[in-house]
Amino acid sequence: MDEARPLWATPLQFVFACISYAVGLGNVWRFPYLCQMYGGGSFLVPYIIMLAVEGMPLLYLELAVGQRMRQGSIGAWRTISPYLSGVGVASVVVSFFLSMYYNVINAWAFWYLFHSFQDPLPWSVCPLNGNRTGYDEECEKASSTQYFWYRKTLNISPSIQESGAVQWEPALCLILAWLLVYLCILRGTESTGKVVYFTALLPYCVLMIYLVRGLTLHGATNGLAYMFTPKVEQLANPKAWINAATQIFFSLGLGFGSLIAFASYNEPSNDCQKHTVIVSIINSSTSIFASVVTFSIYGFKATFNYESCLNKVILLLTNSFDLEDGFLTVSNLEEVKSYLASAYPSKYSEVFPQIKNCSLESELETAVQGTGLAFIVYTEAIKNMEVSQLWSVLYFFMLLMLGIGSMLGNTAAILTPLTDSKVISSYLPKEAISGLVCLVNCAIGLVFTMEAGNYWFDIFNDYAATLSLLLIVLVETVAVCYLYGLRRFESDLKAMTGHALNWYWKAMWGGVSPLLIISLFVFYLSDYIITGTLQYQAWDASQIPTVRKRL
Amino acid sequence: MLWLLFVLVTAIHADLCQPDAENAFKVRLSLRTALGDKAYAWDTNEEYLFKAMVAFSMRRVPNREATEISHVLLCNVTQRVSFWFVVTDPSRNHTLPAVEVQSAIRMNRNRINNAFFLNDQTLEFLRIPSTLAPPTDPSVPIWIIIFGVVFCIVIVATMLLILSGIRQRRRSASLEFLQISGTRESLTSLGASCLTSCLHGAPTSNL
Repeated sequence: MDEARPLWATPLQFVFACISYAVGLGNVWRFPYLCQMYGGGSFLVPYIIMLAVEGMPLLYLELAVGQRMRQGSIGAWRTISPYLSGVGVASVVVSFFLSMYYNVINAWAFWYLFHSFQDPLPWSVCPLNGNRTGYDEECEKASSTQYFWYRKTLNISPSIQESGAVQWEPALCLILAWLLVYLCILRGTESTGKVVYFTALLPYCVLMIYLVRGLTLHGATNGLAYMFTPKVEQLANPKAWINAATQIFFSLGLGFGSLIAFASYNEPSNDCQKHTVIVSIINSSTSIFASVVTFSIYGFKATFNYESCLNKVILLLTNSFDLEDGFLTVSNLEEVKSYLASAYPSKYSEVFPQIKNCSLESELETAVQGTGLAFIVYTEAIKNMEVSQLWSVLYFFMLLMLGIGSMLGNTAAILTPLTDSKVISSYLPKEAISGLVCLVNCAIGLVFTMEAGNYWFDIFNDYAATLSLLLIVLVETVAVCYLYGLRRFESDLKAMTGHALNWYWKAMWGGVSPLLIISLFVFYLSDYIITGTLQYQAWDASQIPTVRKRL
Repeated sequence: MLWLLFVLVTAIHADLCQPDAENAFKVRLSLRTALGDKAYAWDTNEEYLFKAMVAFSMRRVPNREATEISHVLLCNVTQRVSFWFVVTDPSRNHTLPAVEVQSAIRMNRNRINNAFFLNDQTLEFLRIPSTLAPPTDPSVPIWIIIFGVVFCIVIVATMLLILSGIRQRRRSASLEFLQISGTRESLTSLGASCLTSCLHGAPTSNL
């Protein structure tokens, strides 16, 4: 009889752990982008359908497997069939890849958090050039927030081939991030169970505060109106459906083995069907909630930029024609322009090329996702708010909580199989295994702090996990339904929890979800083959803004 | 005759101060942008103050201490408010070189701005770049201090958790040992011998 498996102190800890893992940075920086690209309010239709058809069934499957087998991913799949232990190993390897590069985001969040305690915020002003008569050239061409991100934080090289040296500042932040993760997972479920109360709840507090602040910002309604106006014709676009399916799939974190690991620490009688529904609905609602906040911030930023653009045009015309200061306003701009064009045609044609066409639409249309959204667009909006230090600290603290929450799940996916294995746990105590895993990940993660590190990060982010996860989850579903036997699994669950398995889950597991995953897999594979050489966005100081370069 | 001379003098003055003339500078004020409702009207008195400030700046240059207010000429005042100015030498026939005027204005820019309640952006001297204030750089960057604090807290917390874990494990291991040895002895001997062997067990337990 093996010693008692550590358990979650209450089922609430398990729910919070799942929420903290699933609700991550993707909810904040990927979903709003997708919403904007694929028709605003009408994107919710494919999103909710995919949630019901793909997200919930697969989540339930993983939680049920973990709770039934009471082991990490390797042990669980070996129990289902000895030929399937490779699935478990694949999950661990993918989790390992993810944890290598994901913690760098936390390092960047730490960096920005520590820099938020200054007045003025360092990304709100450009540094001066050599002889102090103007601003640094790179900063002038780009914006101060882009300069701070690309030059001060990353110190990015012009292409991936030029690796540069390890930057000590992000490296220090990375070491701190890994120490924090180690602190949280050190004692297993005992420590993780307490930490997830924070990592699950704090982001919601901050999002609420930001919601109130965001909705009261000048111009927020522009962003919200733009986002939620449904563009129904996008429903016919297959890409919208594919992206909805992909987003649901990756947002829930399926296939990494983290959910199996978390569920393995449950009491066998735990009602995981109820928890599945709770976790998946909370995850999707958080995405929608976060995009409301994001779009009010977008609206504010776009309105601010639009008004600055108009003011620049006004200043240009006032100076060129020596009009009275304050005479030209936003309301009479157009009529005065036409008057000047007719009254002083030669002078007007000189000035005309410099007059920019300011448009609120084009400001709103700049859709950004990923690190660009979090570290460039948001910081630009924050620097224009009052008491910007407070908003900055709150925001980066929230990013940190979201990131750490997801990291806890990732490391649990790696550690649970290791601690379950009799061989390893007889030699080393739990703390040493965790420490070793964190150390190895940290050492490899230093690659992402080199000058070309962000390019490596982009490549890992785009390509490391996608196909592998789809394949893993496909094999999982097929294995449980057809190898282990759906009927056998159903009776196991009934014996374990006391509830019968609803026909809906059986239908999804048996037919719909595997078909969906196969079509996603085929789509992505063909997409990669057609694209040919992979490309990435490079930041070259001589060609601002970013250029696409080939690997 | 005198009247002709007067016209001649003003004509020469007018020649010296012209838009894009040699050694002439354009000045641009944005009163409404800077002061809003409290903006004052730009009249000849304000122009006199301006001439006085420029003359003051020139007087602080070595060799130019004799500059008078009347040596500063203003022309082409527009509604904007903008105008051109030149500084002439005591003979009033030549204008002072642009380089001297430029350095004089740069050195006294703050005083000139304050006299009009304006700043570098609202009182512009075209072609005279202003020296930008460098951002304050503390000797130790603030972020390192905060980083150090958080780092130490995390390290201390980690050490505490690891040490308490080790202590807990040692305590439960010796408790097990105590239980096993107690059971074994009570099986092989009667009550009295149990007392001594139990005492034997006590020092190793670290309770």
